[in-house]
Amino acid sequence: MLAHAILSGLVFGCYFTLVGLGLNLIFGVMRIVNLAHGDVVMLGAFAAFWLFALVGLHPLMSSVIVLAAFALLGLPVYYLVVPRLLAARDSEMLSIILFFGVQQIIEAIATIAFGTSERSIPGRVLGRGPLHLLGQALPVAWVVSAAVSLLAVALVYLYLYRSRVGTLTRAVMVNRDEALASGIDVNRVSALAFAIGVALAGLAGVFSPFMLGSATPAMGGDVNLAAFAVIVIGSLGDPRGTMLGGLIYGVALMLMQTYMSAWANLLPNLLLIAVLLVRPTGLLGRQVRRA
Amino acid sequence: MRRGVGEYAAVALPLLAALALAPLVYSNELLLFNFIMFLILAQGLNAIYGFTGYLPFGYVGFFGAGAYGFALAVMHLDASPLLAMACAGVAALALGVVLTPLLRLSGAYFAIANLAAAQAVYQVISNPALQDITKGPYGVTLSSVFAPALSYGVALGILAATLALVAWLRNARLGLALQAIREDPVSAAMAGVAVVRGRTIAWLLSALIAGLAGGVFAWHISVFYPETAFDLSFSIFAIVFTLFGGAATQLGPILGVLLLYGLYNVIGITVPQYFQLIYGVLIVLLVLFLPDGLASLATRRGFRVP
Repeated sequence: MLAHAILSGLVFGCYFTLVGLGLNLIFGVMRIVNLAHGDVVMLGAFAAFWLFALVGLHPLMSSVIVLAAFALLGLPVYYLVVPRLLAARDSEMLSIILFFGVQQIIEAIATIAFGTSERSIPGRVLGRGPLHLLGQALPVAWVVSAAVSLLAVALVYLYLYRSRVGTLTRAVMVNRDEALASGIDVNRVSALAFAIGVALAGLAGVFSPFMLGSATPAMGGDVNLAAFAVIVIGSLGDPRGTMLGGLIYGVALMLMQTYMSAWANLLPNLLLIAVLLVRPTGLLGRQVRRA
Repeated sequence: MRRGVGEYAAVALPLLAALALAPLVYSNELLLFNFIMFLILAQGLNAIYGFTGYLPFGYVGFFGAGAYGFALAVMHLDASPLLAMACAGVAALALGVVLTPLLRLSGAYFAIANLAAAQAVYQVISNPALQDITKGPYGVTLSSVFAPALSYGVALGILAATLALVAWLRNARLGLALQAIREDPVSAAMAGVAVVRGRTIAWLLSALIAGLAGGVFAWHISVFYPETAFDLSFSIFAIVFTLFGGAATQLGPILGVLLLYGLYNVIGITVPQYFQLIYGVLIVLLVLFLPDGLASLATRRGFRVP
């Protein structure tokens, strides 16, 4: 039972990494909190559901479409909202309130359009029967979702550390003003990071029916808390930190569900508070220089 | 200090008088009570957000702690309503003390950690494993102490005290020190302001206010569920009302509550999704174009908003 809990925790951890990845990228680059992150995940879930229900599209195919479509959706949102927000006096704080507004808009439209009923995609679409991994039987859908998540993390890592734009992005993460002063087109780098962050949230949404249970317009809040816990446990801006946070979160969640199931939903909150109080910069974080 | 008294007389007293007389001419007392409750919550949030810049996203945690402090005192100690109100305040204060270390965090980290803390309290109280103590997710019934007229009066009294506190903060040494901390903590500390102490006082005061609001809420409606008492909308409404009117003023949050909660009651009750949509758009526009609230329209032109 312990081995099963730990292994399925690692599998879920890979997925939770993906859930936090987009949020982390946006916060790392722009220092704004995308409180609508969970609702973008919800939209991704509904996109996958409708593509499956209406045209029978395989979720792996939908994930490509969702990635592209959500990135394109993110760009206009960025240009409408973010530059103006970043010019404000206390943009980090105001971003929470602003994206709360965005979240309300998304949730209201989703409720009006889709109703409040639960939608799900059967797990067998991703493959039949349990998969035997290290002597433990796991649903194929879990393993496929985790594999896609790992692929996404690897691509983000390559983007940040092996491409020119990625180097510029990391420069903006470290110090926005100095990046601007050294001639980096901060606005374009940020727009790109924002679009990628939204696309990653959509991708996480495509696989959420298999990992988080059925999709409803109101699911965003819970997704948000999990995503916050993941990125805070790791450290902001660094995809490796998110990976570590995701794995810790996944394993802890599975252990709680196995041994203390009545209190399992307390976990993200307690983990988040504990890590913030002990190490506000996250487990991999370096000391932040403060004025 | 004399200016504080003047502001109180100009802004708070007419409002309090109107709310005291309103039940005589308007029969929907619950709606009036909700207005009072949101006025209290908005001003309590104003005390911490407006004066220190800390955004307590989980402000509802104190409200819920107060509501359950009241309910548990009535259910298990057979306390009289006024004693139970004291328990509500103590419960929220105790939670505030426990959460004081969160003030070490800054910016978004504080807001998120506070939200997580409020959720954690909710999950503990609503947990079926604690059904014997808190009645878990099934809610509490306090019909033995139900007294709508008296609890309305007590709520009005809390509002009066809260408004007095904000008027005092705006003009007293402490409030000015807090605003200096908000603008630049390092410079304020160098100028001899006791940063940590000031912050903690404001934090505990606003926790106490929310707890009392929660207690009087429990008393007035007397039947409620944990998800009602810990509804995140309480935090959100208080934040948006305060921001809409203008934080760190006495008049701003009042305007916010009267206008926005009024709007909510006109369209929100029948079609909540459409209200949610309008509300979302309003919040986005507000942050982008009027981040300092309605009050800034006047202050920009050189008027002092009480």
